[in-house]
Amino acid sequence: MDLIADRGRRVTVEELNTTKLLAHATEQAKARKYQDMLIVDCDAHHYETENFKEIVEFMENDVFRQLTKSGMKKARHSIVPGNIGFQDMGGRVTRYPLRSSEKTDGDRQRDVQLGERWMDAMGVDYSCLFPTGMLNIGLHPLKEMENELCWSYNRWLTEKVLPETGGRMYSMLSLPFSDPDECLRQVETFGGRKHVTGFMVTTVRSDTPVHANPYMKVYRAIEERGLSIAFHSGPNWGESMFKSCNRFLAVHALGFSFYNILHCTNWVVNGLGERFPKLPVMWVEAGLSWIPFLMQRLDHEYMLRPSECPLLKKKPSDYMRDMYYSTQPMEIQDMEALECTFRMMNAETQLMYASDYPHWDFDLPSTIYDLPFLTDKARHNILGGTAARLFGLQPRNEAQKQNLIKYGNYRPA
Amino acid sequence: MAEQFVGKAAEFEEGGRRIIRLGQDEVGIFKHEGEYFAYSNYCLHQGGPACEGLTIARVMEKLREDKTSMGLYFSETDMNFVCPWHGYEYDMRTGECISDRTIKLKRYQVQQKGDDLYVIG
Repeated sequence: MDLIADRGRRVTVEELNTTKLLAHATEQAKARKYQDMLIVDCDAHHYETENFKEIVEFMENDVFRQLTKSGMKKARHSIVPGNIGFQDMGGRVTRYPLRSSEKTDGDRQRDVQLGERWMDAMGVDYSCLFPTGMLNIGLHPLKEMENELCWSYNRWLTEKVLPETGGRMYSMLSLPFSDPDECLRQVETFGGRKHVTGFMVTTVRSDTPVHANPYMKVYRAIEERGLSIAFHSGPNWGESMFKSCNRFLAVHALGFSFYNILHCTNWVVNGLGERFPKLPVMWVEAGLSWIPFLMQRLDHEYMLRPSECPLLKKKPSDYMRDMYYSTQPMEIQDMEALECTFRMMNAETQLMYASDYPHWDFDLPSTIYDLPFLTDKARHNILGGTAARLFGLQPRNEAQKQNLIKYGNYRPA
Repeated sequence: MAEQFVGKAAEFEEGGRRIIRLGQDEVGIFKHEGEYFAYSNYCLHQGGPACEGLTIARVMEKLREDKTSMGLYFSETDMNFVCPWHGYEYDMRTGECISDRTIKLKRYQVQQKGDDLYVIG
């Protein structure tokens, strides 16, 4: 396969082979003896948009299914809202343009096979599978279509994909957040299925108040089932405040943090932590540097204006420390600042490793393993122990079991 | 000093590359504008295969006298190679990371003996 580079000169590149591409990650895994510690990737992705042919068959409404299938012919229109961006950096991140060239067996789900390849290469035992294109579902102008697409994706994932993973992949299913009643129906329908640890709200939507009354029944239903809720961020060049940006770097750097900052703020100041104290809440893929920023901003304002937050019984930062965060994309630029961030968020118990693979800014487990300021307990907890405890994930060998017991993370099946 | 055979110079095309193992390191050897450049194949970021991605001209931005931008363009002189994992870009002639020139890949000497190319480490 050829990639265009160097002012248009064609560069021949072999077909993509994830195992080969990640050979250096495998070296890291062996050198650090990852097999002895349970490693959980709390935020990995697949390209469900390449599987819409299968997914749309699960759409409930005949008219919407026909509309969607018709539009898929010769790619006349997209199914989920698009998002302008240059994730592949003009082909520099070669797994984007080469993805279709990677060979898989025809008798198993391609996404499962690709997932197993990178998990094995990195030394990851379990991964939480999130979609890619569907992270823009909150931008869909048709509420009914958002409902249909979330429903069909959740059915396809739980019936066709996750059962093929041997239990190594789980998911927090996509909620059609524009419609609280439909959210509740999908929680009631899918909440008890195997490999489902919770539900995910894409935060790429700036006009939805997470604290609005119609959502309380949804949160309560998730909490009652012992499941978790994740708020997953993303970039959106169409967001009005980012329309002045002329670089994807700017949209990406700001967007992921912005959306989680917005919704986390509404969650905290409206006392959702008091209303649902047993509901584990995760904030995913916004990096970490926004957390100390928001803690300080909200605490400062709260001290001056407590009358606006009568449900709070402690400072906003205390509620933020009750919630969970995924590591990626971790800003390892100033080690002292990073250490301070870990301290402020109680990373030892609240932070969970995430790769975001195969997206362009993925992080390897070594980004956590090699941090010089971590205790052994923190290292084990962040890389997988906390997730194992939260989601009831089982060790895959005796050494992992002993380490989970040692650090208080073992939950027998 | 370890010495590792790379290949025949006659078989090394302009713009081509080889990846070889040299002791504990992997080394990427490029032929660029008739010269050979060899660097460690471990990216300074997260250890990706730094020499196995695209080679692509450096992106520049030209300003007018009044500091207004004339936009982006590809350099006619500066070539980079890019780690395929995350896009870290390195200067072909120095191995410097172009976003922070205080860090650079370990460089190896390439020696030609007759038509045989060797990397010295």
